[in-house]
Amino acid sequence: MTGVLGDLALALASGAVEVVDLTHALTPDFPVIVLPPEFGQCAPFRIEEVSRYDARGPAWYWNNISMSEHTGTHFDAPAHWVTGRNQPGGTVDAVAPDRLVAPVCVIDMSGPAAEDPDFIMTAAHVAAWEAEHGEIPAGAWVLMRTDWAKKAGTPAYVGLDATGAHSPGPDASAIEALLARDIIGFGTETVGTDAGQGAHLSPPYPAHSLLHGAGKLGLQCLAGLDRLPPVGAMLIAPPLKIAGGSGSPLRVLALIPGKTA
Amino acid sequence: MSEHTPLARPPRKDPTAVTPLAHRPPGSPSRAGLFFAAHAARGAFALQECGECGTRIWPPRDACPKCLSADIPFTPAPTGGEVIAETTIRVTHELFYRGRGPWRVGTVQLDCGPVVTANLHRDVTTGARVRMIARLDLAGTPLMMALPAKETPLMDEDPALRGLTAHPRHRRVLVTDGRSALGQETARALLKAGAAKVFLGVADAWKPFPGAERIAAEEGIEIVPLDLSDTRSVVDLAGAIGGKTDIIVNTADHVRPGGVMGQSVALARESFETNVFGLQRLAQVFAPGMLGRANDGVNNAVAILDVTPVAALSNWNVYGMHSASAAARLSVLQGLRAELRDGGIRVMSVFIGPVEDDWHQAVPPPKLAPKAVAAAVVKALAEGIEESFTGDVARDVFARWSADPKVLERELQR
Repeated sequence: MTGVLGDLALALASGAVEVVDLTHALTPDFPVIVLPPEFGQCAPFRIEEVSRYDARGPAWYWNNISMSEHTGTHFDAPAHWVTGRNQPGGTVDAVAPDRLVAPVCVIDMSGPAAEDPDFIMTAAHVAAWEAEHGEIPAGAWVLMRTDWAKKAGTPAYVGLDATGAHSPGPDASAIEALLARDIIGFGTETVGTDAGQGAHLSPPYPAHSLLHGAGKLGLQCLAGLDRLPPVGAMLIAPPLKIAGGSGSPLRVLALIPGKTA
Repeated sequence: MSEHTPLARPPRKDPTAVTPLAHRPPGSPSRAGLFFAAHAARGAFALQECGECGTRIWPPRDACPKCLSADIPFTPAPTGGEVIAETTIRVTHELFYRGRGPWRVGTVQLDCGPVVTANLHRDVTTGARVRMIARLDLAGTPLMMALPAKETPLMDEDPALRGLTAHPRHRRVLVTDGRSALGQETARALLKAGAAKVFLGVADAWKPFPGAERIAAEEGIEIVPLDLSDTRSVVDLAGAIGGKTDIIVNTADHVRPGGVMGQSVALARESFETNVFGLQRLAQVFAPGMLGRANDGVNNAVAILDVTPVAALSNWNVYGMHSASAAARLSVLQGLRAELRDGGIRVMSVFIGPVEDDWHQAVPPPKLAPKAVAAAVVKALAEGIEESFTGDVARDVFARWSADPKVLERELQR
């Protein structure tokens, strides 16, 4: 193989480019977003064995699975939110494939998020990141690192109490700053792209509302963001091609410069 | 009357001893006898009573032996009587009775007329005044037992009586839904009734719930992860406690208002996942282990008791899809009862009307307090009542259903 893809193949083989998995395993007990009970709920992941080398199928093992489009590490298409309902190509099957493989910038907010589970990232944080790492290029994914993935399996991951969920996220100013750079989409480590208390921001759920209103994409429940450089990685995030779907669980991968690079 | 020592909590299981098999008790009632069985299943002592001449009839017949009338319905009968004679069966060829004897049986002159053969409580002898009960044995065959007319010390520990019940004393009980007040109160009531331990299932432990800290701190209650909508969760729990679960009390019920047209399929499916398939998961995963321990001494595995919404009998369209799940749940229970009957595990229901909880806010009283349901669960287990109806709503619905299900259907429609 020659040319740019041949170079990539060599880099992958030599370890100059590493592949990083940014995905949580789909398990029945992985939390899903919690809405007030009068609303429809997000179905958790479920798995039912069809056969396992037994009377139901002597030579084969397989399962039936069920879940919401928004369960586990998952992708939000613009049509997920009311603001994005009229976006052309707004459903998950219609998202152009070239948007699913793109450069990624990682804004590390793990420090302040460790101090305050309700930490809100603002435009000032985005500006500070750009001052250090340069302007976010058009056509990039932007991920907000909080190290929240390390809380998975504990109550602190969703952080529910009588006032709702408590996890970090962006406010409207941060999302507007990202939209001004014409990003592809925005991703987080928490159960939603918005903060746990995002319903009380203005507009409510600013990430969902503004991103999808602008035709941008979302990723959430990401893991392993601590392995990504602030700039210089590539994100691979193709959702299932669900006709007319609003989102999809998916395997998210990143290509990063390897140790030998 | 002899002094009895209290039933001791059994020692830990000897892993080298072969566990006794559970044999099926002999006997199969006639069709007339099945009416007697149906009343016994509900804890009632009912005998045929001639509508023409008033004669009380035993054994069950197709016509009155005195006047040949065919109008001989089963009606609740006076329970008083006197023991005429007794005998003790020490040797039997029936596998079920071997190892359980000696077996005391006697003839009892009922105050209402017939002379019947009955099992005798250990505190009852010839000439004693007795109170009769009718119950089902492990094979679902109805039989009579003569109890002391007045309460005696340790009365419910008589081995023959304990064999007709699923008394929680010394047994380890799994209660499936500890997130609800109903599940929490049921756990407490079972402990108070002598359960050795209550495993209290909690789904989604990462979501806080009312009463969580208090119930977790109570001695004898162990919080265990359990989500009936998740097969893996049920399998994982059985992997931990399946070999020492003697009774399952299924208090889980996913209730949401909404009828066939109004409720989303997504929501209705949640109800079915917990209320119907959840029960199937419990049965498939736990019952095999229970069957293996159905004759395992004092704390043998005995029963799966379901707290069943009485809407199982007829659709209440305000909660139309929940009613549909309840009807399917009842059907699962019936099928399961048939499948477990040979193995000696009882399948029981405590039918309830709406409970005083968040999902029945718009329902006018009377509503059941969780504590009342908990007490009914303990009573059903302790007395060995296969189907009981708790609270005014459940009793009334059952009475109307018994009279004519079609009339009830119309009465329940809003």
